[in-house]
Amino acid sequence: MTGFFIDHLWLVPVLPLFGALVIMVLGRRLGEPKAGWLASLMTIGSFLITVSVFFNLLSRPAEERHQVVTMFKWLPVGSLQVDMALLADPLSITMALFITGIGSLIHLYAIGYMHGDPKFSKFFLYLNLFVFSMLMLVLGENLLVTFLGWEGVGACSYFLISFWHTRDSAAVAGKKAFVTNRIGDFGVMIAMFLAFSAVGTLSYSGINDAAHHGSLAPVTATAIAMLLFVGACGKSAQLPLYLWLPDAMEGPTPVSALIHAATMVTSGVFLMTRISPVLHVSYTWAPMVIACIGAATALYAATVAVAQNDIKKVLAYSTVSQLGFMFLAIGSGAYVAAIFHMITHAFFKALLFLGSGSVIHGMHHEQDMRRMGGLRKLMPVTAMTFIVGWLAIAGVPPFAGFWSKDEILLYVYANNRGLYVVGVVAALLTAYYMTRQVIMVFYGEAKWNDHAAENGAHGDFIPHESPRIMLMPLVVLAGLAMVGGALQLPFSKKTAFLEHWLAPVVEESEAHIKETWAYQNKYLLLGVAVVVAMLGIVAAIAVYAKHKMKAIEPKILEQAWNYDATAARLVSGPGNALFNGVAWIDAHVVDGAVNGTATIVRAVAGQVRKSQNGFVRAYAAIIAVGVVVLLAWFVLRGLI
Amino acid sequence: MNALVVVPTTTWYLMLSAVLFTIGTVGVLVRRNPLVMFMCIELMLNAVNLTFVTLGRRLNDIDGQAIVFFVLVVAAAEVVVGLGIIVAIMRRRSGITVDDLAELKG
Repeated sequence: MTGFFIDHLWLVPVLPLFGALVIMVLGRRLGEPKAGWLASLMTIGSFLITVSVFFNLLSRPAEERHQVVTMFKWLPVGSLQVDMALLADPLSITMALFITGIGSLIHLYAIGYMHGDPKFSKFFLYLNLFVFSMLMLVLGENLLVTFLGWEGVGACSYFLISFWHTRDSAAVAGKKAFVTNRIGDFGVMIAMFLAFSAVGTLSYSGINDAAHHGSLAPVTATAIAMLLFVGACGKSAQLPLYLWLPDAMEGPTPVSALIHAATMVTSGVFLMTRISPVLHVSYTWAPMVIACIGAATALYAATVAVAQNDIKKVLAYSTVSQLGFMFLAIGSGAYVAAIFHMITHAFFKALLFLGSGSVIHGMHHEQDMRRMGGLRKLMPVTAMTFIVGWLAIAGVPPFAGFWSKDEILLYVYANNRGLYVVGVVAALLTAYYMTRQVIMVFYGEAKWNDHAAENGAHGDFIPHESPRIMLMPLVVLAGLAMVGGALQLPFSKKTAFLEHWLAPVVEESEAHIKETWAYQNKYLLLGVAVVVAMLGIVAAIAVYAKHKMKAIEPKILEQAWNYDATAARLVSGPGNALFNGVAWIDAHVVDGAVNGTATIVRAVAGQVRKSQNGFVRAYAAIIAVGVVVLLAWFVLRGLI
Repeated sequence: MNALVVVPTTTWYLMLSAVLFTIGTVGVLVRRNPLVMFMCIELMLNAVNLTFVTLGRRLNDIDGQAIVFFVLVVAAAEVVVGLGIIVAIMRRRSGITVDDLAELKG
């Protein structure tokens, strides 16, 4: 039975696609809530199939956990042979599991959250389309199928960010996300061209084999890896292309949870893991660049998150920061740790976003944390689950985030101590700003009464707990955020389940650091991590709950170090001028050359066509003369 | 008695062929009646046929005769189509010359 599903792996992405198509045709007739249920069922179906495939792979010996399912020949053009093929291996199935699993929960949640929205069915159309694209991205057997999904998720992200497009800010945010992602996409495209010209194939196994056998020159490998990293920076919101993610919070909250926290933004990390053999044969500075950008992003975004007042903006910057951690891990050669953190992050960040969505829902679309407070008593389930998410991201043992973050920091320490310090500071800030958020939203005195009066609402404005369909996913995710760390515990080889599972795909990274000081003292580092988390939490409690210290929230942090504004000014000033210049060159030089050629041809033809005077006998005469001339030529040539 | 038997040589045939071809060519060039032009073209074709047959015999090669059959077949087809067109045109615009048929000029 399980063998059937692995042979028909295409069912996994096709089910959500089918859902999207049905809603596209019948959406209006299905209406609310049937469209939502259909979309959820499709995602749940593909989750169940993925689970079955997972157990099939698990039942095989480690070296046989790899199956390519070719659907059809996509581009059979000369030496360019690209198949529409899917790959089932531990990495892709791990990704597919949490995409469909968390995706299902978020679909269910969205049925409650989007209640009453006039575009209810369209929302689920996009959501299902997104799940399809994301599954193509991770299951793709070659770079082109992945790229198909890559562009698909980009488009869906655009649709969903600007879902409430009548709001100006939402329309602008969608555009920003799209344009910023295009920059990264160019990197991926050029990397594909390069990989094809160097290796002659786009399939991962071909490229990775070439890297293993040393037939890939270091310079080419570096170029491919770095160009793909440019794409990863765009998609996974790393410096300097992270700009679009905080703005993407304009989308409905389930979208923020699914796309901009749990799945799409991690596709950069996935891609770098997928081509890890190429990264291995690159120059040594290539992983170092990735690690440095990751660390810089982690620290930068954490400092910005400290001063945000929008409940979702805090989580957005937090996501950027956590993605920075993942790239820090990739750059340090700790692929398993990166994937581990990706999974735990998907659990707790989806939980936090859904929790914030529940708060926003209960507060009647108020997002400013300064107007919340004391919600613990009114929204007990949301508060409890949010607190679990907070403990997980802050790095409190034994919650999931603690184990994954610690695993990353262990490898970073073994690799480069300077970056370790940066990582620890970022972790400290993470604990601090998350504690700040929890206190501002759920504790302290209630500040929403003034808000109600301000908006001229009825005097009896009271935040309410969300419906059950929204709370169920919260509870499930809270459970996962609690125990998710069990996937990979650092105590012995036997508890490192994820490492064994992923071993056929990524090189075992533990061996590289076995001899280092960090590995031999890993429990000491665990202790440091606990202390750091506690420090952050205690500091935030002292500032925001006990008011012992004044909060340090300088304006420049709230403005994200003015990076956004500077970038906007650069783009609108010199950038605009530059692009106008380019457009002028296009209109006058490039088009001029094309139009000029056409004009010359037309002028010449205008003269030549006068010889077509319509007198048949003239044509006959020309033919006769021509024949005579030709004959004369042949005769005379014979004579000479 | 010793009657003067003139045996025509290859050259004679070729001369005849050349004369016929020239008449045909000049006809096509100077006449304006489509039907006459058509006949002139037939004349040219048959001049060529004569050349083929002559040289085929001279070189003792059957190909010369074979090719004539092809020319005949093609000419027959051409006559069918060409005459059809000419008759159709004549029906619509009687007394027309080829010089008046210049609608498709550039």
